[in-house]
Amino acid sequence: MPRGWFSVIGVTSVLVIALAGCSSSGSGTGPSAGRTLVVGVTSDPDTLFPWKATQFTAVNVLQNLYGTLTEFDKDLNVVPGLAESWKASDGGRTLTLKLRQGVTFSDGSGFDSDDVKWSLDQIMNPDTAAVARASLSSVKSVTAPDKSTVVLELTGPDAALPANLATINMAMLSTGDTEAKLSTRPNGTGPFTLRSRAASQSITLARNDKWWGADKPKAGALEFRVIPDESSIVAAMQSGNVQLTVLNDPLVARTAQVPGVTVAKTPQLNYHVLQLNARHGDLKDVNVRLAIQCAIDRKQVLDTAALGEGEVVGPITSPAFKSDPARRPCPARDLSKAAEYLGKAGKSGGVTLKTIVSQGEYATSVNEAQNLKAQLAEAKINLDLEVLESGAYVDRWNAADFDAAVALNGGRPDPDGSYGRYFTSQGNFNKVAGYSSPELDKLFADGKATTGQAARKAIYDQVSARLEDDAVWIWLFSGYTYTATTAEVRGFVPMANGSLQYLRATSVG
Amino acid sequence: MRGIVGNRVVRRVASTLGTLFGVAVLVFVMLRAIPGNQITAGLGTEAAGLAPAQLQALERYYGLDQPLITQFFSWLGNLFTGNLGYSARNQQSVLELTLHSLPVTAELAVLSIVLALVIGVPLGTLSASRAGSPRDALGQLVSLAGLSIPSFLLATTLLSVFAASFGFNPNGRGFATLAEDPLLNLQQMVLPALVLGFGIAAPILRTTRAAVLEVRSEDFVRTARAKGVPERRLQVRHVLGNALVPIVTMTGLQFGYLLGGAVVVEQIFSVPGIGRQVLLGIQQKEYAVVQSTVLVIALAFVLVNLLTDAIYRLVDPRVGAS
Repeated sequence: MPRGWFSVIGVTSVLVIALAGCSSSGSGTGPSAGRTLVVGVTSDPDTLFPWKATQFTAVNVLQNLYGTLTEFDKDLNVVPGLAESWKASDGGRTLTLKLRQGVTFSDGSGFDSDDVKWSLDQIMNPDTAAVARASLSSVKSVTAPDKSTVVLELTGPDAALPANLATINMAMLSTGDTEAKLSTRPNGTGPFTLRSRAASQSITLARNDKWWGADKPKAGALEFRVIPDESSIVAAMQSGNVQLTVLNDPLVARTAQVPGVTVAKTPQLNYHVLQLNARHGDLKDVNVRLAIQCAIDRKQVLDTAALGEGEVVGPITSPAFKSDPARRPCPARDLSKAAEYLGKAGKSGGVTLKTIVSQGEYATSVNEAQNLKAQLAEAKINLDLEVLESGAYVDRWNAADFDAAVALNGGRPDPDGSYGRYFTSQGNFNKVAGYSSPELDKLFADGKATTGQAARKAIYDQVSARLEDDAVWIWLFSGYTYTATTAEVRGFVPMANGSLQYLRATSVG
Repeated sequence: MRGIVGNRVVRRVASTLGTLFGVAVLVFVMLRAIPGNQITAGLGTEAAGLAPAQLQALERYYGLDQPLITQFFSWLGNLFTGNLGYSARNQQSVLELTLHSLPVTAELAVLSIVLALVIGVPLGTLSASRAGSPRDALGQLVSLAGLSIPSFLLATTLLSVFAASFGFNPNGRGFATLAEDPLLNLQQMVLPALVLGFGIAAPILRTTRAAVLEVRSEDFVRTARAKGVPERRLQVRHVLGNALVPIVTMTGLQFGYLLGGAVVVEQIFSVPGIGRQVLLGIQQKEYAVVQSTVLVIALAFVLVNLLTDAIYRLVDPRVGAS
């Protein structure tokens, strides 16, 4: 080999090393690095329009840009937001909200009751295609008798409404703002305003010094930096380029536990479930569903698929209404009872269920499915697994085209918000839920009409018992999310609903 | 003679346009064959809760209420006016997106090819200089490693080791273009180019080895050596010079593939190249983004092929003469 080639290789190597040596491990935010909090996210927001946002990054970016009438505190209690107070009257058929004064949108215009009326009317308008429309199904009309008062006329009492108003899909917009305009120039009442955006790379928010909260945002700016791979985000934290991130994969979370990075586990409202379609084939028979329930050791699914990171749960995961997983027909695996139920159904020879599984939607899905298949096979229940790309899975799920579906569903702080849409006969997800009954309809209606926490808890305990006793679905476990922060981050509070709203209370440096 | 050349050019242009039209049809049909659309990609399972009127409103918004044939020709017609479509997710035109991502991918492709040539050609020549010797075994080992180590594994390992051990992770700092910050940009390109270059070095090394071995057995090499041409000059000028055509072919092919975007490496190192643009377009079912970007990639591939043909004539005058 000619010596010249060695020279070329040598020079290139020196260049590479020299370039590497020029690196700095700083966050790249200059002298004000201490005031800009860099949050690592795996994707950039797919929309900046709050009424249509469902993706994790979009919801969390928008939560920092927009305000809602009510909010959740760290324990998921409903607390005042843009509405300072609210009061039900006329037997719960009227809800009167008193609005906070002196609030402004980021374009400088004032916020008042006209904006609330306009926003709620637009959310209820089908042409807007707002995803939270069904949450306002009890609202007959919205009026604004004066600038600081809004009155909602309801079809009946709705105790879940204040909690429903707290989601970012119910954000208050300035009258007349359009999706097209807000997609490039968000105009909210939140603690931050949009500073800049580089498509697929980053979105940076600046502190809104005019925000109404008593404690002003601590960080001067928030940068959501897109690093598509969770392992690469961990590497960016190790090198000090990113200060905070939320991880979903338990395996990656383990690798993040290195000196200088703290990982906090937060139990989630989201729950892993084997959804059954009780309107399909053999599953119409409650005994077949009960056989499935008795044939599964949920702890084994949790240990096998998610490294034991989580807890076995019943239907309701919200802390204030939590179901007791021990109060179900088979709290522990019982194969003889499963056989007995199958016998009662006249299916002693076994049943086969067409089961859809999403590949890539979340980290543990396929492992859960395989474990469930192995366990159920011992009870002569054959899960015919169809592992689908996430788009195909969503199509099949939305069309309720399955006997069973391995799913990770989002839980909500209020059980009516979580399940009213699934298990009431008029619920907008009832087709997918595959089950409803007059008894459940009545219980959900009672839950909405009752205001006391203890009384509501008693009602939702009955809901939970009905769902378990009829083995409507097979609730498995709830996992954790992992918030990784570097040593310089102070004040962040992770929440069970996955919200990053406390970024406004977080300082860095 | 001029007529023959003219015909050849016309045929070439016609076949290029035909290829691009075929690509356009294929991508359009394949995208529609994938389950889901922009509504379900954006809302996921929440879309199941939409009322029919809401669904219709969204279909109107995304233009999904139009017949497929209208969608196709409307998109194709717009291409001729320079309108490649619009990305609602990014709130930017596809042209703008591509003008940002294509130069990034082109830079990464050039750096990767340079590294691949720097590794592959000398090692290939070295291997061929004494077939079956330890140096040949070394070359074969490097080539085997390049072919068999998956790029995602090498990329993740390099990223983690450099970040954890040396705190070196320029890719975690937010991407800088060559114009914005040349130094940071080159730092950010070093590891991705190394990963890609290592993978591509393998076929280049093997091609070089085979080509050099073949040329070395030619009569003119023996004659040149007998005439006393110095060994170094013989190896570089006579042997390597005459072995260049297959090396150029292989390099052109690999460069074409690289211009299509190295999705995995771009993902791991957060490089906002054209591969990620297509991937995000597919994930979000942004049809115009995917269709137009794939067409741009196809055009780039065709142009690289033309360039490769031109380089043949430079390295081997016999090609032009024939």
